[in-house]
Amino acid sequence: MTQPPTSPSAMPAPSATLPVGQRPILREPHPTEVRPYKPGLAERLYLPLIGGLMVTLRHFLRNLLGTGKSYTIEYPEKRRDYSHRFRGHHILTTRPDGSVRCVACFLCAQACPAECIHIEAAEHPDVNIEKYPVVYEIDMLRCVFCGYCVDACPEEAIIMSNNYDMAYFTREQSIVGKNELMKPFTVDENRLGYRPSFPEEDVQRAKMRREAFDLVTAARQAQNAGNGGKTAASSPH
Amino acid sequence: MPTLTPDTLPLPPRPTLTSVSERPEVSAIRARFPEGSIEVQEGLDQPTWIVRRDVLAELARELKTNAKFDVMMDLCGVDFPDREPRFEAVYHLFSMPRHARLRLKVPLAESDLTLPSLMPVWRAIEWFEREAFDMFGFLFEGHPNLRRILCHEGFVGHPLRKDYDAARRWILTEDKIYKPHFDLPEGGDDLFERMTINIGPSHPAMHGTFRLMAVMDGETIVASEVEIGYLHRCFEKMAETHTWQQVIPYTDRLNYCSSFINNVGYCRLVETMLGVEAPPKAVWARTILSEFSRIMDHCVCNGTTLVDAGALTNFWYMFQPREEIYGLLESVCGARLTVSACRIGGLIQDLPPDFMERSRRLVDIIPAFVEDVEKLVDRNRIWLDRSVGIAAISGEEAVDWGWTGPCLRASGVPYDVRKAYPYDLYDTLDWDVPVLYGGDVYDRYRIRMLEIRESLKIIQQLLDRGMPEGPYIVDDPHVALPSKEAAYNQMESMIYHFKLIMDGIQVPAGELYSMVEGANGELGFYAISDGTGKPYRLHARGPCFPIFSTFPRLINGGSLSDSIVSLGGLNIIAGELER
Repeated sequence: MTQPPTSPSAMPAPSATLPVGQRPILREPHPTEVRPYKPGLAERLYLPLIGGLMVTLRHFLRNLLGTGKSYTIEYPEKRRDYSHRFRGHHILTTRPDGSVRCVACFLCAQACPAECIHIEAAEHPDVNIEKYPVVYEIDMLRCVFCGYCVDACPEEAIIMSNNYDMAYFTREQSIVGKNELMKPFTVDENRLGYRPSFPEEDVQRAKMRREAFDLVTAARQAQNAGNGGKTAASSPH
Repeated sequence: MPTLTPDTLPLPPRPTLTSVSERPEVSAIRARFPEGSIEVQEGLDQPTWIVRRDVLAELARELKTNAKFDVMMDLCGVDFPDREPRFEAVYHLFSMPRHARLRLKVPLAESDLTLPSLMPVWRAIEWFEREAFDMFGFLFEGHPNLRRILCHEGFVGHPLRKDYDAARRWILTEDKIYKPHFDLPEGGDDLFERMTINIGPSHPAMHGTFRLMAVMDGETIVASEVEIGYLHRCFEKMAETHTWQQVIPYTDRLNYCSSFINNVGYCRLVETMLGVEAPPKAVWARTILSEFSRIMDHCVCNGTTLVDAGALTNFWYMFQPREEIYGLLESVCGARLTVSACRIGGLIQDLPPDFMERSRRLVDIIPAFVEDVEKLVDRNRIWLDRSVGIAAISGEEAVDWGWTGPCLRASGVPYDVRKAYPYDLYDTLDWDVPVLYGGDVYDRYRIRMLEIRESLKIIQQLLDRGMPEGPYIVDDPHVALPSKEAAYNQMESMIYHFKLIMDGIQVPAGELYSMVEGANGELGFYAISDGTGKPYRLHARGPCFPIFSTFPRLINGGSLSDSIVSLGGLNIIAGELER
């Protein structure tokens, strides 16, 4: 291992005996002149270059034989594995019947620091659900992917996926509407990203919630059937 | 709501700080001025003196020479449209030898915005005064080059005044583009014709957004000027239109090479104003991730400096640990570069289960990359010839120019916020502040290598200590969002959830300057709250700003190729410089 240069500029350590946190910061006057590093004879003769060449040779051989870890990947054939928290393209989650879960409370639009969420609300046909978004648009070029919308959502209606390749040919394409946000990745658990709860931590909890949700839906359907379908819960689409 | 009183402020014990006005040498200075010209207020973080404009220049000189206030940390303006006088110029001074801080406020009426320029006292103030002129229209008498700095020449009005509409835009036309005027030294040999060279803003050597105009005499730079502002994003104006929480993603973009430290700095500011303290687990994780971010930032700086000098291999070696650290940050918060990983009162989410394991692995692998680069260039004469003695500045001069951070420590001044004003867990750990005395590009490179090692030492100790149990964010519904479970199921939590997002955190009225050690020096945030959910004024003191103002002084007299290496060694990050 190369020794750090030993020169007059090496750091003095007179304070090492004092307790941690009480070492003096600065009492002396500031230095008025510079004392640059003085190269020794070996350095003037370029000798340390040999050590440097050994380093590059080692890396070269390791890469040639393929034994070292390569930090580059051949995108897009290979993709990097991101964690389950990756803040990528948004997803609007759905109810079991396939309708959008969002209740158009505007919290996400309010929490967004980039002001990139546009919502237009309407009354939901089902009286148990007050509102739903007729228009839900995210301007992906404005979005900073901070995840504040996910934090703000009181319904777990907006979560994020780990999809990061968002390329558009026009600016109009970058304004992504409700249908595109509901469509992708909802089936593939592995492509989910930042959301309030994570599979590695609480698969069980998510499953229980889904079951409870199904129970409520079933009860509601039974009730509707009992009422003779007066408040038919039809999909808003 | 907690109130902002000195008793609730969780500031580290600093016996000399608030009583600085009472120290003999300081009170003697005050006594020398006429009655009523200086009004003393004991501020919450540092004493505040309300200074009449006519005594400012004299007082500044006295404070510098007799009370050793040698660092001009920050200058910013504040606008109170309902008050008379309407404006305030706020100076933040720091005395390194006496370890004391002082805030000077100069009230200014709208009808007369002239102030004496303090450039003869502190050299560092040149760009700060230009910024205050640009943003508020303050006129500094005696300033040699008082023109816009962050906004362009075609800009009309002063954007940080409260009556300026944040959505207003101006187009820069070609006839308004700034033409530099150089004060050229007389005489010299006339063998070569003098030539003005323009580099940047779109030039790889200028790291993207700086413009350097240099007058060349052969190979030597005779005079030079830099122009900045190409990455100005009105951070401060935007902060005024967003809630306190919403500013966090904006702070990511200050020093984007170590955005986590910016998050910590900002969150600490708001936490101090609120009087809340992040739980031990969050503080522990903040310290570790700040140090990892510092390592990353130093890797980028040293890697790119060496690329500027033609040594490309080091860039690959230094970027490999950086890649791994980004992986760790991504597993914590879901983003790599602009992390937004802190929340006011804690962290974005609980730490992942494999956090310890990944951090330990990183601590194990990083030294190998650092050693490789050291073997390649540390004693390599090609690099030594390019860096030793280049752009050298002495400690005294660097302090006068307002330097902080690794660049200052390379000039022999061991000032580090983590030691001087310890925050998080730094005062409980065993580590040192490396100091070198060369003050040149080589020592700035070396100091960063040494600091990477110190950062690893810090992380290693924290990992050995083990992850503290407990929550990752404060359990205070006025500050942090309630857990999702609670928000879904309990009416009260639901109401708090809505209130926090719709109205924002209600920060008690007051003002505070709070600083952390950024990767390139003291990153200070100065905030004024009027008690509502949005900052009344938020000012960021980027360490790059005074450092880069020194750039012409560093390169004049050197060759053009040296100026490229010195720019790399200063680690200027445009996002922080231009905010």
